[in-house]
Amino acid sequence: MAYDKFTILKSSAVPLPIENVDTDQIIPARFLKATKREGFGDNLFRDWRYNGDDTPKQDFVLNNPIYSGKILVGGRNFGSGSSREHAAWAIYDYGFRCVISSFFADIFKGNSLNIGILPVQVSPEFLNKIFEAIEADPNAELEVNLPEQTITIVSTGEKESFDINGYKKHNLTNGFDDIDYLQAMKGEIKEFEAERIF
Amino acid sequence: MSNQASTLFDKVWDAHVVRKIEDGPDVFFIDRHFIHEVTSPVAFLGLETRGIGVMYPERTFATADHNTPTINQHLPVADPLSANQLKALESNAAKYGISHWGLGHARNGIVHVVGPENGITLPGMTIVCGDSHTSTHGAFGAIAFGIGTSEVEMVLSSQCIMQPKPKKMRVNVNGQLGKGVTPKDVTLYIISKLTTAGATGYFVEYAGDVFENMSMEGRMTVCNMSIEMGARGGMIAPDETTFAYINGREQAPKGEKWDKALAYWKTLKTDEGAVFDKEYNFDAADIEPMITYGTNPGMGQGITRAIPTSDQVEGGKATYDKSLNYMGFHENENMLGKQIDYVFIGSCTNGRIEDFRAFASIVKGRKKADNVTAWIVPGSHIVEAQIKEEGILDILTEAGFELRQPGCSACLAMNDDKIPAGKYAVSTSNRNFEGRQGPGARTLLASPLVAAAAAVTGVVTDPRTLL
Repeated sequence: MAYDKFTILKSSAVPLPIENVDTDQIIPARFLKATKREGFGDNLFRDWRYNGDDTPKQDFVLNNPIYSGKILVGGRNFGSGSSREHAAWAIYDYGFRCVISSFFADIFKGNSLNIGILPVQVSPEFLNKIFEAIEADPNAELEVNLPEQTITIVSTGEKESFDINGYKKHNLTNGFDDIDYLQAMKGEIKEFEAERIF
Repeated sequence: MSNQASTLFDKVWDAHVVRKIEDGPDVFFIDRHFIHEVTSPVAFLGLETRGIGVMYPERTFATADHNTPTINQHLPVADPLSANQLKALESNAAKYGISHWGLGHARNGIVHVVGPENGITLPGMTIVCGDSHTSTHGAFGAIAFGIGTSEVEMVLSSQCIMQPKPKKMRVNVNGQLGKGVTPKDVTLYIISKLTTAGATGYFVEYAGDVFENMSMEGRMTVCNMSIEMGARGGMIAPDETTFAYINGREQAPKGEKWDKALAYWKTLKTDEGAVFDKEYNFDAADIEPMITYGTNPGMGQGITRAIPTSDQVEGGKATYDKSLNYMGFHENENMLGKQIDYVFIGSCTNGRIEDFRAFASIVKGRKKADNVTAWIVPGSHIVEAQIKEEGILDILTEAGFELRQPGCSACLAMNDDKIPAGKYAVSTSNRNFEGRQGPGARTLLASPLVAAAAAVTGVVTDPRTLL
């Protein structure tokens, strides 16, 4: 599925300073029953966001109108648990294009990159600075620069570099995906397959 | 050391790299691809949108498990959304010529139970599925891990995914396991030591005499939980136990093919002197029957212990307090004696015959506690048949338990098997996340023995007192 190209994103951010945010929190299993990729944003953080009677939980950050933006900032070990890509879909569908944390779970990170969300891993110190900046000013902007691989807290100018492999960076900045790449090398795959014992 | 000592993981990984991309992932060939109804429909939709097909349908196997009811499977599925997903799996499989063991099929069951028990899972293979517990198949010396739906589409269309090679970790457990200490306790112990993110970025090899002496069912339980410490997967070198388990299974190689395969499989072990990026050593004697008290699988400890204080655990106090608050627990409380409401035995972690044997060993001659609702869910129809053949069903019935039909069930509560809000469930499954077993449900992860002890006493009980 096509996604928006990612180059430079300047936006305010939504803070979620909780560790080990697992994919069951991002989207509970009972909302995985669709056969199309539509509407998952409505159930993003469903059980943290809504009471049992579907009324919004006022103390949850997504229900607090002072926070908005295309960047979600989470605590350490964001996205642990299930491989459900629905978690990344829900985050994208809600309107986020970038998730920042000091540590990501592997599968979530891969899924995000595959659908056009940029996971930015920063140092624990820098993560704290981001949380502090947002606490001081909910409209505090962050600038995520993919070509330069930097993230900047705009108000203070504090900056940190982040890692991403060259292949994925190229894909994200151009809106390419892996399937295009793999389709183009089917001949090579066929030769490889012919040699397999199983 | 410049010689070529390599690890089991390297041997299997390197044999599957079709192309190395500079400053990028490996193009990684997949031998076996399992699909189920929840994470595959959007991948098939993607194929249609792009106008591309399935490259090797014979390498993909479909089974329905996540969404299926565990009672009255002969009736139409009541939830229209679930029914729709099951129908989509069936029609996609039919359209592309993929083997499909749907609801009601004699070989249907949880994908990570049916793969091994039918001889589809073999040593040295690469195996993926849109399910993080695909790591289960690593018990056979395969590289097996969970993938997202975009990757499901990649495998369907090209039999490859793009995967950076993980780092290597070895976890050694040596010594003699104590009475009542099961493979589930071994894995919960390891995760409690490494924490829920301790192996992120790594692929784990489990080594040492504890795993060498373990049955295949036990090894599957251990490898299954690898993801719960963040590892992409875990594997155990195949040995005579592995070969004996595979030999004769329906889709296992036969005759000359078997001999050829066996010769290859015997080379699948870590060479002496091979180097790991990280290595841990544990003593089997330190492991007690385990139970979790929090909201991630790393928050577990020996069942006789009191709940730690926030300064004794890794991570922030806010996160820890949130977790205990959700569970309705307090620091320094004992776990033993806590009243529970539900017991769930089943799932891809503990839904195999050995798990029901263990459960029955404690239940035999006792009665289900009145305050407990128990859901006993076999991992597959084959396991269900074994439960009946071995007389385990009679023991369960005698004790007041009922056997349900196979599926993922209350492990992720996608079907009707949901633990009600606020209730406590001792569960043999793999995740105790908030709401995992139903909105507001409180999960205590444990072994089948601990589950059985809770089921007959109605409280958290040390199974060693009942053995």
